[in-house]
Amino acid sequence: MGKVKKKVKVIRIDTDKCNGCRACEMICSAFHASDKYSVINPSRSRIRMIREPMRDVYLPVYAGEYTAAECMGRDKYVVDGKEYEECAFCRASCPSRDAFKEPDSGLPLKCDMCEDDPEQEEPLCVKWCLADALTYEEREEEVEEEVILEEMETGLKSLIDKYGLDDLIDSIARMSRKE
Amino acid sequence: MRYAETGYNLEIDLSSGNIEKVETDPAITALHLGGLGTNAKILWDTVPPEADPFSPENRLIFGTGLLCGTPAVGANRTIVTTYSPQTLLMAYSMMGGFWAPELKHAGYDKVILSGKSPSLVYLWINNDKVELRDASHLQGKGTVETEALIREELQEPNAQVMSIGLAGENRIYYSSIEHSRSSASRGGMGAVMGDKKVKAIAVRGTKDLNIARPVEFIEHCNDVLNYIQWRADNPVQHVPPILAGLGSPQEMAIHDEQWHTTAFSWGNARYRRKDFWTEEVEKEWSEIQDGAVQRLISCYNCPMKCGAIIAYPTLELSKYMMKCYSKLTYVMGAMADNLEFGFRIAGLAQGYGVDAYTAPQVMAFAVELYEQGILTDQDLPEFPPDNEGRFFYLLEKIVRREGIGDVLANGVYWAAREIGNGAEAYDSNTIKKHEQIPIKLGMLNPIFFLMLSTGEKINITQIEGQLPQAPFPDREDREEFVKDWIQAPSDTIKEFFLNWELRGDNAFPFYPDFQTACELVEWQETMHYIDDSTGICAGLSSFPIKPPYHINNLPGLISAATGLDIDRDELWNKIVRRNRSLMRAINSRRGLRRSDDKPPQDHWKKRFPEHEAKLLDEYYKFKGWNNDGIPTKESLEELGLGYVGEDLEKRGIYNNGQSEEKS
Ligand code: SF4
Ligand code: SF4
Ligand code: SF4
Repeated sequence: MGKVKKKVKVIRIDTDKCNGCRACEMICSAFHASDKYSVINPSRSRIRMIREPMRDVYLPVYAGEYTAAECMGRDKYVVDGKEYEECAFCRASCPSRDAFKEPDSGLPLKCDMCEDDPEQEEPLCVKWCLADALTYEEREEEVEEEVILEEMETGLKSLIDKYGLDDLIDSIARMSRKE
Repeated sequence: MRYAETGYNLEIDLSSGNIEKVETDPAITALHLGGLGTNAKILWDTVPPEADPFSPENRLIFGTGLLCGTPAVGANRTIVTTYSPQTLLMAYSMMGGFWAPELKHAGYDKVILSGKSPSLVYLWINNDKVELRDASHLQGKGTVETEALIREELQEPNAQVMSIGLAGENRIYYSSIEHSRSSASRGGMGAVMGDKKVKAIAVRGTKDLNIARPVEFIEHCNDVLNYIQWRADNPVQHVPPILAGLGSPQEMAIHDEQWHTTAFSWGNARYRRKDFWTEEVEKEWSEIQDGAVQRLISCYNCPMKCGAIIAYPTLELSKYMMKCYSKLTYVMGAMADNLEFGFRIAGLAQGYGVDAYTAPQVMAFAVELYEQGILTDQDLPEFPPDNEGRFFYLLEKIVRREGIGDVLANGVYWAAREIGNGAEAYDSNTIKKHEQIPIKLGMLNPIFFLMLSTGEKINITQIEGQLPQAPFPDREDREEFVKDWIQAPSDTIKEFFLNWELRGDNAFPFYPDFQTACELVEWQETMHYIDDSTGICAGLSSFPIKPPYHINNLPGLISAATGLDIDRDELWNKIVRRNRSLMRAINSRRGLRRSDDKPPQDHWKKRFPEHEAKLLDEYYKFKGWNNDGIPTKESLEELGLGYVGEDLEKRGIYNNGQSEEKS
């Protein structure tokens, strides 16, 4: 595989500016509704606010890759004397916690930077964060070509991990007969 | 499918523990929208007018606004409705924060409590799972602590909790319900919750909410967002800085408190201190504030930062969340000159759960009675010599109903009558038995006269808005102001503002003419009634000057979210008038009459009794109410409230109204 130019999209998160309004969660869920903006549900969002006012913890975290197995251990950060909950900074949709999963199906969620056709000027969570806790930058980098799994493939992979390939094929076969 | 709303209420009979999920009628939404409108309808339909506020019959209704949980910026209000133990009328109070959107996502528009629980409980709503849980271990706990303990116990860090403190448990007439950085403080909501023995309501929801016409709706929301951004860079000119921007007055972010400290009264709503704000005070107060404010915070889906996390080394409560004006109410009530005292006592009081408007006024009233010898050392044993100490002392007595605290716990009006001995004369700042913002001015303002007198919410900040409070001296500036005044409802109102002068023919009290005065009042009030049914924060809509939401864009916005087709005429002249008259009728049925419609007695020095009477006459007529302030049968009929008029007639409410008519 050769080198290719890649647009790197960066969301800068300034937790000091976050006011905990959860607009980012709300608008992310709206934007990703199958009929855009028709359904609102922050628990379907690909960004998650860890918000504990009394401890001054305000941390927006983005959903990253799905992972089949949880880590061997957990991590716990203390920054500026503030202790964050276990795995707070981790972006994985992981079996050890509820974050970054569809509430009904349990399928993994992943931030896609609001990629869309036509392209959005900036990700929706950034646009709605008037507090400027989230800002958006783009830059170009040369990287190795890689195969990126599509959303459906990621979902299928998580189901394979959960139930095994054979069971999944059986279920799909059964369901397609019913249709 | 239901849009913007869930279509379900949660009805809980605390006496039997019965919990029911009840589907609502979409036709009622079309008539009353949601929030306050549908709350009022439920109160009228289900609670008998003679019900004692502290009786199982009384209901405590938590209604989310129709747009709460949708992308509509700042739509996060929970409107709380019940009969108030203090005013004995329909109580109005609402709170922001995060509770209402969470309830919507749990699948409900309202929680309706009736009956009385045999022991202290809290309610846990987790989507479809709803249970009453023992709260005996939370008895006497502060509100901030209760929220944290419940989250921990449920192992649900994302649960949104509202709770009462000791004041609510002891049924203090001005106890609040606290939640996150917000509270429902006015009218004694916390006391009714305490009477029902409900310590808290926790909710977690992960369900969908649907929008009827999503593309159209999001365009409206984007316009609102853009306008908020634009307004951040374009403050309104010629008004005090605290009124130039959006949101609730930005007291946590702004240091300039000249306006509040010099225009509002100190002590028992007595003294104006026009020279209070000096450079020295500004410097000292700024330092204290910067040291106390740890972070500016918002309500759900709102970019304004009206609240703050307060952490200060000398605080009684290590940390709490504060909103706007409460930083000053205790300071000014106690004549304390010391902002640090404000941060200290406000946190403690919030933990107990008392209204930060009323509580300091009751305390200032008690201090004055003591100074006048009406209350003595016998009533106030070991009363500290300094005002700050006295306020801490009184707070502890009141929330425990200990000694004189038991009397003061009922608010100024009732306490004055119970204490007697001339104490009534010191009750100078209540309307309809409810403490008001301490403002004392010179010349009668006909617009505020009507709003203060007739407003059903009995709290001016929930009635007024959008109009500068004084005329701009230069006509050029007025012309400039009117140029991009897209929020104005009509040319009449623009004309009024253009010609409004400080002195001469076009000045108060005889300017504007009756018709324009009525229109101005109705417009301002209407905007609040819309917010109270949509759940949009007044801080982005009815309250500030040139807000992003206004009468000219709200009909489209509400229509796109709900799929109802509501134009401006329908919204204003039908729905709001219906809700407004219904609320009035509820109070008429509870005994409210013209004689109750008056401002605090010394609100203005210069009064004009004849003109005031005429103003009331004209306004009642304008509203379709009779001369005793009761909605007429015909006007109710026209609003589709025929059944309300019939009930008023059956109960003889019109008759005793007419017998009091002068002519
Ligand atoms: S929108 Fe911005 S300020 Fe609001 S919670 Fe998200 S990151 Fe924080
Ligand atoms: S960038 Fe887009 S997909 Fe990612 S969290 Fe923000 S709104 Fe959601
Ligand atoms: S304007 Fe202020 S009070 Fe209103 S919703 Fe926004 S943050 Fe809350």
